[in-house]
Amino acid sequence: MTTSEWSGELDQARLHFVSGKGGVGKTTAAAALALALATGGRRVLLVEVEGRQGLAQLFDTPPLPYSEEWIASAPGGGELRALAIDAEAALLEYLDMFYSLGFAGRTLRRMGAVEFATTLAPGLRDVLFTGKIKECVGRTDRGGRHFYDAVVVDAPPTGRVVKFLDVTRAMADLAKVGPIRGQSEGVVRLLHSGDTVVHLVTLLEELPVRETLETVEELDAADLRPGAVLLNRVKPPRLAARSVAAASGGRVDASRIRSGLESAGLGWEGGVLDGLVDETIEHATRVRAEEQARERLTTTDLPAITLPEFTDGIDVAALYELAETLGEHGVGGSR
Amino acid sequence: MSPAGELDVDRLLDDPANNVLVCCGSGGVGKTTTAAALAIRAAERGRRTVVLTIDPARRLAQALGLRELDNQPRGVDQGALEGPGELSAMMLDMRRTFDDMVLAHAGRERAQQILDNPFYQTISTSFSGTQEYMAMEKLGQLVARDDWDLIVVDTPPSRSALDFLDAPQRLSTVLDSRLIRMLSSPARVGGKGLRKIVGTGFGMFSKAVSSVIGTQLLADASAFVQAFDSTFGGFRERADNTYRLLRSPGTSFLVVASPEADALREASFFVERLAGEAMPLAGMVANRTHPVLADLPASKALSAAEELELSGSAPLAASVLRLHADRVATAEREKRLLSRFTRAHPEAPLVGVPALPADVHDMEGLREIGRRLAGE
Repeated sequence: MTTSEWSGELDQARLHFVSGKGGVGKTTAAAALALALATGGRRVLLVEVEGRQGLAQLFDTPPLPYSEEWIASAPGGGELRALAIDAEAALLEYLDMFYSLGFAGRTLRRMGAVEFATTLAPGLRDVLFTGKIKECVGRTDRGGRHFYDAVVVDAPPTGRVVKFLDVTRAMADLAKVGPIRGQSEGVVRLLHSGDTVVHLVTLLEELPVRETLETVEELDAADLRPGAVLLNRVKPPRLAARSVAAASGGRVDASRIRSGLESAGLGWEGGVLDGLVDETIEHATRVRAEEQARERLTTTDLPAITLPEFTDGIDVAALYELAETLGEHGVGGSR
Repeated sequence: MSPAGELDVDRLLDDPANNVLVCCGSGGVGKTTTAAALAIRAAERGRRTVVLTIDPARRLAQALGLRELDNQPRGVDQGALEGPGELSAMMLDMRRTFDDMVLAHAGRERAQQILDNPFYQTISTSFSGTQEYMAMEKLGQLVARDDWDLIVVDTPPSRSALDFLDAPQRLSTVLDSRLIRMLSSPARVGGKGLRKIVGTGFGMFSKAVSSVIGTQLLADASAFVQAFDSTFGGFRERADNTYRLLRSPGTSFLVVASPEADALREASFFVERLAGEAMPLAGMVANRTHPVLADLPASKALSAAEELELSGSAPLAASVLRLHADRVATAEREKRLLSRFTRAHPEAPLVGVPALPADVHDMEGLREIGRRLAGE
């Protein structure tokens, strides 16, 4: 088992990226983390960068526009806002700061300028996204306090996340001078500072765990800070440890199950007993594989937080429960 | 429309009129494993089969008994197959495929010019549509070789299954040379006519684009597009050709999804898109389902488990009843999601593939998935 817990140091970070292999529940985990960080009266921004409107679906709201919209309240008076970053809007916003584009902006949009520019310079899209995120993190109110206590980003999947965050490399594509160039040097500083962490969501299965381990190495190599590992959709263990060991090897004491069923007044004929034995073997095999996956993750020495499976799927209520689980593990506790 | 019912995988694999089977779906649903399992099954049923994987785990190569997969089809040892057919496997290397394409079509001097262009190096390694583009290019080459009865294609990992269809078009639209040439040397190419059309915005456009990505990159891009154009007749035409291949008779699509809301939503988009493009849908694979193995209602199991826990007399049976109740709940959710999908897409024949309890490590594991795909 991983022994380290969510630390106060992680709580001090103001920018949290959440990544993971496709299909592991990255968006759900990011939303739950944002809710947990907002708990107790804080204001948190949840950002989406892949243009899939995953946040709107998750919170069951209409598609998000390119603006920071209230999306949920957190327990204790907290506030969660959401932003779906759109590359085109972000580029026009930047250019507008430097050249007053006016209606020429519309022409750019009509001509597909962003699609064009991002094809020529693939790093541009990432620089635009991280640039917008930096602006949100750094924004202050009139009193000079940070407008957002934290910003949580539903980041690209593990295969692409380091590239996404490695703005220095992306800038190689771009003009040596110009508005976005100057802006992105600040982004590089922020992403490599103690204010930023990258959390990784995984299932306790071989492939996602392997990708998690590889990504931790990649992050280290790029001098980016890995945060916590969020173990998602973990099912409750139902068997005692010694039964797991036996059953995962195919040994299940069917006669004990049968007499148990009989004493509870249940019939076991018609294949019920055999079916239960098979289900038990499958369950134990999976539990064994999960234990091994957990074991492999301990080598990262990162805090690991277990999030339970919701049999009925994820709805808004489940998000609050997940946020509570994260809170119980210390998320948002030391701020 | 009446529901198309169960997908008959064996009929699909055996049909001599089927030559290309494309496995699509969003990331993390088990496309690569499904493609490999289908290819093994087809080979063992007698077809000469090749599987084109995109980004397989190393263990897949090992499971097939190959040291590694590379950009050329490698034959799987005939002794490892339990049947009369043949099996080859390969993994797409997009850079190599792009390089080979350039070397094969351009004269030596022109090829070197393209390969050395800094913009080419960017586009052949890190543009997000290149992988899809090259997957289609490779598929075209495999079809042209005419060495196989059946080509099973895995598609690149992406959030959206639609990317596979859209990325090459997108790349070619953007690179379609006129705009790019006009930008890099607007005085010489575009001409007054085009400038008039785009109006005053063009000066702004040109200035904004070059201030963001730099004039050097624009010049490199322009040089690349011109060299590429004169050799290949343009990106768009080439992308159109590969796209046509996907519409030709003998090609069909298999949509893979896990029984989760997100994956099924992506599968829905994809099925609708295929219909819109008049591309044939072979069916839908609901991967990694958890059917109930014991016919016992969850409510009964739970109340019996509580009773046994109170008395403390049969802890094993109590645990087993609880894990059974969990399984019933999971199976019911999956059934609900899948029947919703089938109601929306009655034309898509569907097969559920029960999950293996552990990861697949060898040929036998892949064969077992093949059996489950075929409903055995």
